[in-house]
Amino acid sequence: MESLSNKRKVIESKPLNFWERAYLPAILHGLAITMKHFLFKKDVTVRYPEQKREFSENFRGMHSLKRDEEGRERCTACGLCALSCPAEAITMISAERQPGEENLYREEKYAAVYEINMLRCIFCGLCEEACPKEAIYLDGDIIPADYLRKDFIYGKDKLVEAPLNQ
Amino acid sequence: MSVKVTIDGIPVEVEPGTTILNAARQIGGDIVPPAMCYYSKLKDSGGKCRTCLVKVSKGSEKDPRPMPKLVASCRTTVMDGMEVQNITSPEVVEARKGIVEILLINHPLDCPICDQAGECDLQNLAFDHGAAKTRYEFDRRKFEKIDIGDKIQLHMTRCILCYRCVFVADQITDHRIHGILNRGDHSEISTYIKAAVDNDFSGNVIDVCPVGALTDKTFRFKNRVWFTKPVEAHRDCDHPGCNGKVTLWYKGEDVLRVTARKDVYGEVEEFICNTCRFDKKSTGDWVIEGPRKVSNQSVISANHYETLHPLPVVKTNILLQEANKEQFERETRL
Repeated sequence: MESLSNKRKVIESKPLNFWERAYLPAILHGLAITMKHFLFKKDVTVRYPEQKREFSENFRGMHSLKRDEEGRERCTACGLCALSCPAEAITMISAERQPGEENLYREEKYAAVYEINMLRCIFCGLCEEACPKEAIYLDGDIIPADYLRKDFIYGKDKLVEAPLNQ
Repeated sequence: MSVKVTIDGIPVEVEPGTTILNAARQIGGDIVPPAMCYYSKLKDSGGKCRTCLVKVSKGSEKDPRPMPKLVASCRTTVMDGMEVQNITSPEVVEARKGIVEILLINHPLDCPICDQAGECDLQNLAFDHGAAKTRYEFDRRKFEKIDIGDKIQLHMTRCILCYRCVFVADQITDHRIHGILNRGDHSEISTYIKAAVDNDFSGNVIDVCPVGALTDKTFRFKNRVWFTKPVEAHRDCDHPGCNGKVTLWYKGEDVLRVTARKDVYGEVEEFICNTCRFDKKSTGDWVIEGPRKVSNQSVISANHYETLHPLPVVKTNILLQEANKEQFERETRL
């Protein structure tokens, strides 16, 4: 039968000659390639986490809750990040700002508890996109490894940016 | 004896004296003009917000001339043979966009903070008819904060002066102690000498408010509307005039908020008393009827998935039903 495509290859199997049958030159050749990589080439891996690769500009890593120019928390616990989250990783409890806390929170309402389950998070960045207050950005590092599931639930202590004057 | 009107080309026969808005509501669907101030349960409401403007392209059978200007459909009664254009008239659509812009001039953009967000008429109206950006450059009006009691929170900055709450105070409660003070740009909802709103039916001002100007203080910042789960329930209320039919808003096991049941136009079906609204916040007080039907376009239905309980495969198999009994009871409790 005629082939449909002309891609068929006819394989020729010639008998090996003496040197090929001896195997030794082929082994030495292979070993030479290995040694060349081992001794003279640069490592392709890096010693993470001591050493880090440069991230691309739009890399999405750990979330951070931002502060405004006066160092107040921007988040108002509107819940749009949690609503948009396809993995349902975000939960929050809101509270009302008390008189005297105007330097801590920008709006009348703030997130008293803000938790992201980093095991659920898929780092899609929809929370960043949904935020009307420009309060959350995925501008951090890769989430570090840990041993316990509970340690992957990041609260405000890990998420909120450090205050301005520190 | 009924009169025949045509709204966006759809004919309908209504009683004489019906307003254009109510005639449109008898047809239903997209052609119903939106209304921010008109409330079918409150006498004399309407005519203030101008969102329900429509074009009358033919006055009546006897006098077929069109009306010279757009008319407020909640206040204009129908005539025999009248022809009305709502969404089919570009003029009306354009005017409505302008009305939304004017309503939003002094309305703060604090939806992320506002408890009404998600079930706010103005939010929906602006989303459907408004422009995405404001052209207003000046400071929005500000008011001194007034405390009107421990149950109701007044945010005067958000008010659009629809007067609905004033009509509730006038018609549902027996003596009115709040109303609109001052004139023009300075008008504000307030209480005389800061008297607390204290009446068995005063809580209904929360439900009639189309924006977040009057909100439930017991629900203040508790949760966002779209994370709560609405459930229809009722109880035997001793109060004459309250039949105890409500919607409970659950978060997990807790009732966060109790409201009256609202129809498709966001109007309450029946007013409820303050005892039902503010004091009965445990499941034990109520007889649960079932989950409330929420339009799948509403943000309240976001992330709520319906599953059949028990699953069809289990339904016919008694052995599986026995084995999963405990789980069904847990899942079907709400």
